[in-house]
Amino acid sequence: MTRMIMRRLLIGVFVMWGAASLIFVIVRAAPGDPASVLLGPDASREQVARLNASLGLDRPLLVQYVGYLGDVVRLDFGESHRLARPAMGAVFERLPATLELTLAATALAVIVGLTLGLVAGGRPDGIVDRVVSATTVALQSFPTFWVGIMLILLFALGLRLLPSAGVGTPAHMVLPAVTLSLPFTAIVARLTRSSVVEAMREPYVTTARSKGLTETQVLLGHALRNSLIPVVTIVGLQMGALMGGAVIVENVFAWPGLGSLIVDAVANRDYAVVQAATLLIAGVVMVLNLVADLLYTRLDPRIRMDGGS
Amino acid sequence: MLARVPFAIVGLYLFVAVFGPLLITYDPVHTPLGDRLLSPGSMTSTGDTAWLGTDGLGRDILAQIVYGARTSVVIGAATVGLSCLVGVGLGAVAGYARGWLDAVLARVFDVLLAFPAILLAIVIAGAFERSVLVVVVALSATAWISFARVTRGVALSLRERAWVDAARVMGVRGRSILGRHVLPFTAGPVIALATLEFALVVLAEAGLSFLGIGLPSSAVSWGQTIANGKGYLESAWWISTLPGLTLSVLIINIGILGDQLTARYGRGRLDDRRTKTGDPL
Repeated sequence: MTRMIMRRLLIGVFVMWGAASLIFVIVRAAPGDPASVLLGPDASREQVARLNASLGLDRPLLVQYVGYLGDVVRLDFGESHRLARPAMGAVFERLPATLELTLAATALAVIVGLTLGLVAGGRPDGIVDRVVSATTVALQSFPTFWVGIMLILLFALGLRLLPSAGVGTPAHMVLPAVTLSLPFTAIVARLTRSSVVEAMREPYVTTARSKGLTETQVLLGHALRNSLIPVVTIVGLQMGALMGGAVIVENVFAWPGLGSLIVDAVANRDYAVVQAATLLIAGVVMVLNLVADLLYTRLDPRIRMDGGS
Repeated sequence: MLARVPFAIVGLYLFVAVFGPLLITYDPVHTPLGDRLLSPGSMTSTGDTAWLGTDGLGRDILAQIVYGARTSVVIGAATVGLSCLVGVGLGAVAGYARGWLDAVLARVFDVLLAFPAILLAIVIAGAFERSVLVVVVALSATAWISFARVTRGVALSLRERAWVDAARVMGVRGRSILGRHVLPFTAGPVIALATLEFALVVLAEAGLSFLGIGLPSSAVSWGQTIANGKGYLESAWWISTLPGLTLSVLIINIGILGDQLTARYGRGRLDDRRTKTGDPL
């Protein structure tokens, strides 16, 4: 187990190095030097040159790259010119809101998705199954930003039940979390359905039935537990997509998380914040993936990670 | 018969995307403010009917939907084309030849997949001048991965097949084996995948435009129209609602079509379980 964790951490370090390098390349390849962006169109050539020198941008690219990697290791991404404070501080301040939103959405997706999948898979090809499968196809196809707007239209402006944007009360969380969770609910439901259908054909289900258990007992006590493993796996694998979805959903609901920070930073060429935030998200996704991996080796004693595959 | 419906609907969208702009004129800079926020079916000041209403600057929504279809289809086709070219090429060589390229490719996947796809697209598209090309490149940055993976898998299973062995024994050069005995078999799964990827790309492009990143402001995009309508939700529901509905119907139907194609040509047919061993992905 320890070896497997060590190996995964080593790969993680490599991936973070690659991710940091990729971001470095993108930012350096972007047109316009940061100093002119910082100083605006009225700056004189001397001012631009002086700032470039103080930012270290007049040094050879390789020297800049090595310095940048050192900064990444120290989690120091420099000052955000727009926020006039260290970029990493601004990013860390926004992280809890994003985590809160993604965790709420994950919980919703798992609870609702498992329930739908269980009900649908318990009686394959029944009415409920057909309705659930049609719904999940639709949920996976709707653009989240549009679904968010439609929910605002219905629940905030139409029925006046929930706030349309911002933070504060738990009610503010409802629409963003539901919006973000919908495609993942569909994924969890489809997966649960297929693994429940599969489990219901297993010999232990026949045994359970022949003992005289009711269909509900068989479903909850025997089929569900064995269907949980793929669900845990997929939730882990989807964490990246979920964080990506959060970037968009946060912008719909003015949710003060990393997503809205990144889009503002990209629009204003605030590269310190862009670098800090994207690398932090990559790191968080990596850690969550690792946790999901560990969790499912615990859930299924048949899986042993330290033996290679 | 019912199975043909998604095919017909996707065909209709393609038709509108290609010929619609020839029939309807639309100028995003022309803003007849007297016609602003007209509800669907109203008469405009020029005597035309705004079937789907107008936006906050008096521009016709139906025209925006038609021109947006063109933008989506162009970006979708270009991105899928580019990703397919890069992904199939690299995937086929990596799967057939294995070796260092295969190992490097696996690590490149690891790094690219560390970011949520949309985030990488936001950063790339945001860093450069706004243009269609930049959006295509930004979306291709992650879209090619699935093509490479699927092709690699197929190539990996094919290299053990008798006819490939026979060709090798007969001294056919690796490049010819790849072109004549391996690549043709990737066509089915790649077409199925291309359909599904097209849907994802169109969604992602709409997402970028919704955030105001990527396309120049002169371009017409569903995502942009949806974003514009967000400020008028109380007074003009149709601005955001209708383009979103158009987009959703397209994505649903491409999804169903892609599933049909996958079921027909799917990964399953050539994906020989025996050859799965030693698969680093």
